[in-house]
This record gives sequence, structure tokens and C-alpha cells, in this order.
Amino acid sequence: MDIFDILLSASFWAAAIRIASPLIFATLGELICERAGVLNLGIEGIMVAGAFAGWMAVYSGLGLWPGVAVAMVVGMGFGAVHSLLTVPFGLSQHVVGLGVTLLATSSTYYAYRLALPEVTSPPKIMAFKPWEIPLLSDIPLIGPALFSQTPLTYLAFILVGVVSLVLYRTPLGLALRAAGENPAAVAAQGLSVTGLRMGAVIVGSGLMAVGGAFLTMSAFDSFFFEMVNGRGWICIALVVFGAWKPGKALLGAVLFAAFDALQIRVQQTPLGADIPYQIFLMTPYVLSILALIVMSRRAEVPAALMVAFNKGER
Amino acid sequence: MTGADTAQVVLRLDRITKRFGALTANDAVSLDLRRGEVVALLGENGAGKTTLMNILFGQYTADEGQVMVMGRALPPGNPRAALEAGVGMVHQHFTLADNLTVLDNVTLGTEPLWRWRSDTAAARAKIAKLSADFHLAVDPDARVGSLTVGERQRVEILKALYREARILILDEPTAVLTPQETDDLFATLREAVAKGLSIVFISHKLHEVMDIAHRVVILHHGKVVAEMATTDTDRHALAAAMVGSEVSAPRVAPGTPGAPLLQLHAVTTPDQGSAPGLKSVTLSLRAGQITGLAGVSGNGQAALADLIAGLSVPASGRLDLGEADLAQWSPRAAVEHGIARIPEDRHKTGTIADFSLTENAILESYHKPPMSRAGWMNWPRAEAETQAIIKGYDIRCPGPDTRIRLLSGGNMQKLILGRVLEANPCIILANQPVRGLDIGAVNYVHEQLLKARDRGAAVLLISEDLDEIMALSDVIHVMSEGRLSPEFARGTMTPAALGVWMAGHGFDEGLAHAS
Repeated sequence: MDIFDILLSASFWAAAIRIASPLIFATLGELICERAGVLNLGIEGIMVAGAFAGWMAVYSGLGLWPGVAVAMVVGMGFGAVHSLLTVPFGLSQHVVGLGVTLLATSSTYYAYRLALPEVTSPPKIMAFKPWEIPLLSDIPLIGPALFSQTPLTYLAFILVGVVSLVLYRTPLGLALRAAGENPAAVAAQGLSVTGLRMGAVIVGSGLMAVGGAFLTMSAFDSFFFEMVNGRGWICIALVVFGAWKPGKALLGAVLFAAFDALQIRVQQTPLGADIPYQIFLMTPYVLSILALIVMSRRAEVPAALMVAFNKGER
Repeated sequence: MTGADTAQVVLRLDRITKRFGALTANDAVSLDLRRGEVVALLGENGAGKTTLMNILFGQYTADEGQVMVMGRALPPGNPRAALEAGVGMVHQHFTLADNLTVLDNVTLGTEPLWRWRSDTAAARAKIAKLSADFHLAVDPDARVGSLTVGERQRVEILKALYREARILILDEPTAVLTPQETDDLFATLREAVAKGLSIVFISHKLHEVMDIAHRVVILHHGKVVAEMATTDTDRHALAAAMVGSEVSAPRVAPGTPGAPLLQLHAVTTPDQGSAPGLKSVTLSLRAGQITGLAGVSGNGQAALADLIAGLSVPASGRLDLGEADLAQWSPRAAVEHGIARIPEDRHKTGTIADFSLTENAILESYHKPPMSRAGWMNWPRAEAETQAIIKGYDIRCPGPDTRIRLLSGGNMQKLILGRVLEANPCIILANQPVRGLDIGAVNYVHEQLLKARDRGAAVLLISEDLDEIMALSDVIHVMSEGRLSPEFARGTMTPAALGVWMAGHGFDEGLAHAS
């Protein structure tokens, strides 16, 4: 059977991990925001801005890692706008989030036209190359899938552990989670809910932008407007799928990516000839929705998610 | 317990004044708290207790005066200052995060934010020691959301003690407890006082104040109107000082029960999440009688109230309203059968905050004549009706066009009472009708309920306040985990005996008895 051959091929798993990487960055970013009590719907636009900023920085002569840093700073800037409006001003997180997505997308378009007024097809950069990890990359199947990736992919996996540790093992993580559960409890300890939430949104938005930059600097080597293509919205679903836990969110991202990699390959089998290709394009989303229904039924939503906190109000 | 004058003053509020526009919320309020002493801060709603505590905790800045802890002035407007000086507060509405564990809640904010690991082993050891020293048994790994109200309060006290608090401020700590839990709390507090802690006990329950406090400070309209040792006073004098005049609770004469107007026969309803449904409840509400329903909240009272109000239907068993059984049971059917509802939460389900008094007054009658005809509202009629309610029920407000959000709790409740009673209902479902009201308003609401009873209405009074239940009810039931106790006649039960039922004991024997 074809599908078994696909599932046992190293290239399939390598592709799945590659497709999952940007999702991991952005899902972690969204997860941090939501754990602190802020829904960040700016994610889609921030990923577009990050994809452009990183690529543009490298195209203008910066190194790859400085390019990643530039993308992160741009993301944090949009995060600052989002958190200023939603946290101290307490505006609707839905409206502000969609506003930030539109703002980030359109200012990216504007910046692109300013920077490259006469270009018809976007220039290419020297993207990140895979790092073969000695010994580990020689393991059959797992080696090529997990240990022959680009450094940004390794960074994404490391960050899952780091975010987990910070959230569950440090006083800062506890304060952050408490801000998303009951901000009054945080304020009663003399901690600043505003500071914690704004910080979480700014850092989270930085990670979303790095997720975007992965697309232009690691997965491909150029920038297209359609390239983010709803990945931000997928990440919001992945946070729910992962029940607001970094490890489960990672699992969700890999699962979604595997469906995506699978459908591309199944399209090329004899089976794919008989079925309209749109059905295949649809499958990762349908399966995600089904998985979401199964996985998130007993999830504990942060109790104060989307609840603005005003000091002195009861 | 204290050598009064010689003992060290640990907390001194010195001539605190706070104004909000034209309103003076605290007018030169002074208070001394000595080591090992319990001072009760007594006052009606709006007397300025909360403002005073918010100043102490840096949420507000005082216009005049200062706060001294252990002889040192606290910097104004800094929430951490009071905590660091050793003052801990247990708020009336707990400031706990339900999805976090007890350990997380207790340690939150106690370590510097920027360090790589939390020292959970040390925290556990400290919590275990405090639990043992103060008889505050809680499992540090339990989710707070799964704890009972009494346990949550213990977590709050643990939180304060964990921060080395020497002064505890308890805001209405017994409002949510059963009598037994209150006894446990008082045992813990006495233990704490014996160990040299000092306590400010904010309350309006006079017998508890007499029970636990050494001194009482009474606030009225933002001023300290009296300060006395509990040994030199009694409940009556306290109540008089609190409201500024002698209180007269309504005199309750026994009712004259008539025919049953509403009966439940072995009704069972499904559980709603963590709130239990009814478990084979049999109950009859008779005309001219107040039936009191005691119990700790969350034990099925909501399920019973929803059922009678038409918000749910029995899963099994029968609901009998005098006439034929009901095929269609809905809130509107309930209203049409003469059931009037004073909802538990007047803000959430009793009123619409941004609607005017008029609009709120006709919420249950807007759909039929005379308030509307052929689909058109008759606003002049509605407004006249509202004017009559405002006058008849002494609602203090600028007029019927006022948004109800701007009214005090007492005035809001009076409007609901007016809406309910003007329809001459035969059954009144009064769910926590006086929660959060001051004594004046409480007496008013109680008088109106008694009047309705004497007119021949059947009243179901649901309350967590045993004093209220015992004072008004002709018969009493207790609810625990969705089960209903047998009926107890007026005067046959002591609070302690009811407390046993509230804690869930006695039901099995009770059932055996019934069968």
C-alpha cells in the first residue's frame, strides 16, 4: 500500500518536521499570550511582517541570525501596539487583534513596495542550510527526519522545553499563569498585572514573527505575500488543541504538519488521480478540526482569558 | 488575653480622610490594633470599611492621615508596602486562581520573578508546618477549584501566614461558611491570636463580633461613631450604633398555613457541572406560609430555584401546581401561574444594568396588556406603574428614566420587590433576597415578604444566613448535595442542629425515617 511506504520514508518525516517548525514558534508565542490572559489575533499579520522583515534584513546585507533578530524586534513592536491597546486600555481583544493583523499585513505590503519598487519577482537570499548533527543524523529514518534540519528548527524544539520550564518551574511563569487565571490574585500580591500581560504579549509576538521568518529564511529563500496563508489561525487552534500546554501543542503542530506532508504525497499516488486535489488540500484542516473536538473537550481554558483587568474595579 | 494599654500597637490608622468628589468616604478615621488583639470593624454597606482597607493596601491614596505599621509609616499608594510590612488580607471574594494548585496559589509572588527555579521543596515544608501550627489542613497539590469554600478560605489564610503576616485583615470571612466551618475558623483565629498575631475582623454579623472580638470599632457614614470593648456592650447596643438609631427588626407572628399551592413529588434533575441537581426532592409550599431553605450555597438550591422559576424541567418526578400537571413548563408559564421570582443575583439575572427603571420594572409584563397592545409598547402606562413602585417602595432615585446600574443594591432590590409584589403573586421564590443589603433595607425586604405571606402567598425563602431563615420561616428544610431534609417546624431546631444537616449528616437516617 502506498500510504505505508510514505509513512516509512525519511523524506516524509523530514518534511513534516520542517512544515511544523514555523507553527511551533508561532504556537508557543500565542500560548504565552493566552496563558497571561490575552488572545492575540494579530498572529497572522505578525507572521507576515516577520517573514518580510527577516528576509529583507538579510537581503540588505545583514547576516542570517541578525535577520532573525530583526524579525523578532518587528514582531515585538506589533506586540507592543497590541498589548498597549488591550491591556492598559482594556479594548476588545478580538477587534484589536484583527486590527493588528490588518495593520501588519498592509504595512508589510507598503514597506515591500517602498523597498523594491520595480521588482517583478522577489529576489532570493542565501537561506539557512541544514546542520547535520554528527552521529545522530546517521540513525536510519529518525536521523534524516530529526537531525538533518536547519538550525531554526532545532531552536523551535529547544524553545518548547524552555517555555515549559519557565511556565511551570519559575516564579515568573507562575505569576504569568496566575495573571491568566485570576489577575486580582496577582494584583493582591503587589505584582503588576499590566506589566506581566504586556510582557507576555510582546515576547509572544516576537516568537510569532520568528515563525514567519522561518518561512522566508529556512523553508524557502524568498518572500511572497500569500506564504503565511492562514498558518497564524492554525496556531490559534493548535493552542486549544494543546490545552494551553507547550508539549501537547508541539505534538499538535507535528500532527498537523504530518497530515499536510501526507496529503501532498498522496496526491501523487494513483489514488490522487481519481480524486479532486482540493479534497487533499482540505484534509489537514478537517482532521485538525476532528482532533480539536476530541482533544480539547476537557481542556482547562485560562479562566481570565480575554478578561480585561482594571485595578480598583470589582 | 492582652494587657490592654501596655501591649504594643502594631497597626495604627491615624485620622484617615478620603473624599470622592462631594462624598467623604472616610472622615478622620482612626484605629489602633494591638498585638494579640481582635478588633472588629462594624458598619453597614457604604459605611467606608472597604475604602479604609483599600487605603491600607495602597489601592487608594488617602487625602489626609497616615497608616503606621509597627510604628513605621507606610508609603501611600504602594500595594506591596502593606504586604511587606506584615499585613495580610483575606478578601471576601477570594483572590485565588481556580486552575492552579494550592501550592501555586500560596507561593505566587513570594519569590523574586527573575530566577530560574522555584524552591518548591522549601515551600512545601513551610506550608506543612503552618498547616500543623494553625490547624489549617489542606492538600498543597489539590486544585483550588476542587476545594470547598471553607478550604479555600484556609488557603487564603495560609497565603497570609506564608508571607509572615503579623496582622490579618478578614473581610466578612463567615459570609460563605456553615456554622461548623465558622467554628473551625474561629478556632484557627484564636490560635493565631495566642501566637501573637493581631486581627481586624470586618463583619456585620453581631453575634460573631461579640464572640471573637476584644474591641469593636463602628463606622457610620465614614466616621467612627463608637468604639467599645465587647465585654462592655451587647448586640443591641452595637446594632443601634451601627445604623445610627435603634433597629427594629420586623416582629414575626406565625403564619396561618393554607392549602398547598406548589408541590414537588420525588423530583430529580440532572447535575449542572459541579453543582448538584435535585435528588428525589419532595416539597410542598403552602399558602400563607414562609418555607425556609437553609444550606451552604451550591448544594442544589440553584437547581430548585431554576425548577420553580421554569428554567428547568424535572427529569423524573412531578411538579404539581394545584391544578392539572404541567405539560409546558417555562419561565413564562411560571409567571403566568403566579410565581414571582426574586433572583439570587440581582445584577446578573434580576435586572438589566443599562436599562431604565421603567424598562426593568416591566421585564415580566411587557408582552401583554396593559403594558403593550397589538405589539406596541404603552410607555406612559409603564412609566406610571414605575412611578407607583418608586413611591410605594421608597426607592431613592432621580426618576424612572434612571439607568438601574446607578442605584445602590438596596434600591435595586426594592424595585425588584415592587415588580414582583405588584403582580399579586400566589407563590414567591425569594432567593437570597437580602444578600449584600444593609440592615435598613434588610428589614424592609423582610417586612414586605411577611406582608405577602399574610395576604396568603406561599413564600420560599432560600438563604445561607441561618439567622434570617430561623427568624422568618414557618417551616424549614435543609439542602445538602441536592437532597432535601424533612420539614422542621418553627422553633424546633437550633442553629447547631441545622448545621449538622447542612454538613450532609442525618439524611440517611432521615430517609429511613420517612419510609
